[in-house]
Amino acid sequence: MIRLLMRDLILALRAGGGFGLGLGFFLILVTLVPFGVGPDSERLSAIAPGVLWVGALLACLLSLDRIFALDYEDGSLDLLATAPVPLEGLVAMKALAHWITTGLPLVVAAPMLGVLLHLDGAAYTWLIVTLLIGTPALSFIGAFGAAITVGLKRGGLLMSLLVLPLYIPTLIFGAEVVRRGAQGFDVMTPLLMQGGISAGAIALLPFAAAAAIRISLR
Amino acid sequence: MASLWEWANPRKFMTWTDKALPVISIFAAVLFLAGLIWGFFFTPDDYRQGATVKIFYIHVPSAMIAINAWLMMLIASLIWLIRRHHVSVLAAKAAAPVGMVMTLIALASGAIWGKPMWGTYWEWDPRLTSFLILFLFYVGYLALWEAIEDPDTAADLTSVLCLVGSVFAVLSRYAVNFWNQGLHQGASLSLDKAENVADVFWYPALVALAGFVLLFLALVLLRTRTEIRARRLHAIEMRERVQG
Amino acid sequence: MMPDLGKYAGDVFAAYGITFVLLGGLIALSLIRAARIKKRLQAAEERRKTNG
Repeated sequence: MIRLLMRDLILALRAGGGFGLGLGFFLILVTLVPFGVGPDSERLSAIAPGVLWVGALLACLLSLDRIFALDYEDGSLDLLATAPVPLEGLVAMKALAHWITTGLPLVVAAPMLGVLLHLDGAAYTWLIVTLLIGTPALSFIGAFGAAITVGLKRGGLLMSLLVLPLYIPTLIFGAEVVRRGAQGFDVMTPLLMQGGISAGAIALLPFAAAAAIRISLR
Repeated sequence: MASLWEWANPRKFMTWTDKALPVISIFAAVLFLAGLIWGFFFTPDDYRQGATVKIFYIHVPSAMIAINAWLMMLIASLIWLIRRHHVSVLAAKAAAPVGMVMTLIALASGAIWGKPMWGTYWEWDPRLTSFLILFLFYVGYLALWEAIEDPDTAADLTSVLCLVGSVFAVLSRYAVNFWNQGLHQGASLSLDKAENVADVFWYPALVALAGFVLLFLALVLLRTRTEIRARRLHAIEMRERVQG
Repeated sequence: MMPDLGKYAGDVFAAYGITFVLLGGLIALSLIRAARIKKRLQAAEERRKTNG
C-alpha cells in the first residue's frame, strides 16, 4: 500500500506529471476575479471565501482525470487490479496521492491568495481548517468520478459534469465556515457537517470507485 | 415471489405492456386534461395570488414527479445491480428524460409564478436550488448513458452513479437548507396537510396529479419498450457484423 | 368561456404554454424514437429470418 502511494507520488512529481498545474490554475483564477468584479476591496473581501473555495475546487478538478487515465492507457491498471491488494485500497491510495499533490499545495497557497482578495483577518484560520478538512473529500469524490469515466475516450468533460454536482455539499459547508469565521459567528455546525461529509466520502467512496473500475475493466 | 419477478421478464413485459400501455395512455390523457381544464377554467382565483394560483396545477404535480422519478430510478438501479433484471435498468434509463423534463417544468412554472409573487424569477431559495441541483444530476446521468457504448457497462456504471448521486442529492438538499433560509412555502399538497389548501383548489390539483402520474407511467413504459427493442436490435446488428 | 385572468394572464399562459411545449416535445420524441426503433427491429428480424 505504501509502495503504491510512493509510486503515484513519484509519478506525479516527475516532469509531465502535471504537478503544480492545479496550483497555477488556482493563482490565475484568483487573479482574474478582481478583473471581473472590480478592484473595490470591500466587495472583494465579501466574496473572498467563496472565490477561494470555488477556485480550490476547480483546481482540484483539473487534475482528476490523471488519477486513473494514465494507468488505464498503459495497462498498469489491469495489473494493479489483479494484484493481491484490494482494489478499494488502491483507489484510496490513489486518491490520497492526488490529495497530497493537489489538495495540500492548495491549502498552503490559499492564505497567500487570500491576501490578494483582502480576506478578513479572522477568516484565515478557518480557511486553512476547512480546506484541510474539505480537500480530501474533493479528492475522494473526484476519484469516484475518474473511476466511472476511466474507460471513456473523451471522459474529461463528462467527468466534470458528473463530479461538480457531487462537490456542492462540501463547497457549501466549506465556504459557509469561512464566511461565518470572517464575521465572527459560530462555525461549529457547518464545520462538523463538512467533517462528516469528508469522513463519509473517504470511508465509502473507494468502494463505489473500485466497483466502477471493475466494471470498466471487465 | 417468483410471480412478481415474472413481470420483469423482457418478453412478458413486452406482452403485458402492449395491452396495458394504450389503456394507461388514455387514462393519462383524460385525467391530465381534465385536471388542467378543471383547474384552468373552473376554479376561483386565490384572494391573494389572483389567477397565478392556476400555475400550481402544473407546478406541484411536476415537482412531485421530478423527485419521485429519481427515486424510481434509484430503486430500478438497485434491482439491476442486485438481481440483474435488464428491464429494470432500462426503465431507469427511460425514466430519466421524463424526470428531467418534469424538473424543467417545475423550475420554469415556479419562475413564472415567482416573478409576480416574489418579484423575482429566481431566488437562491433551498427548494429552488435543490431542484436546479436535481436537474444537474439528471443531466449527468443521461450524459453518462450516452457516453458508454457497451450496454451492460453503461447500465452498471449509471446505476452506481445513480446510487452515489442519490446520497449526494440528499446531502445537497440539507446543505442548501442550511445555507439559505427560503422564501418557498412548505409542501402545499400532501395528504395529511389537506387543511392547508381549500377544497376548490385541492380536488382539481389531485386530478391533475393523477394525470401527471399516469402520464409519467405511460411515457416510461413506452420508452422502456423502445429501449428493449433497441437492445435487441443492437444484439442482432452485432451478430450480423460478426457473421459477415 | 375564457376565465378572467386579470393582470396575471400572461404569466399563467406562459406557464401552461411552456408545460405543453415541453411535454409535447417529450411525447413526440418518445413516439418518433419508438416508431423508428420498432421499424428497424422488424427489418432486422426479417433479415435474420431470410438469411437463416
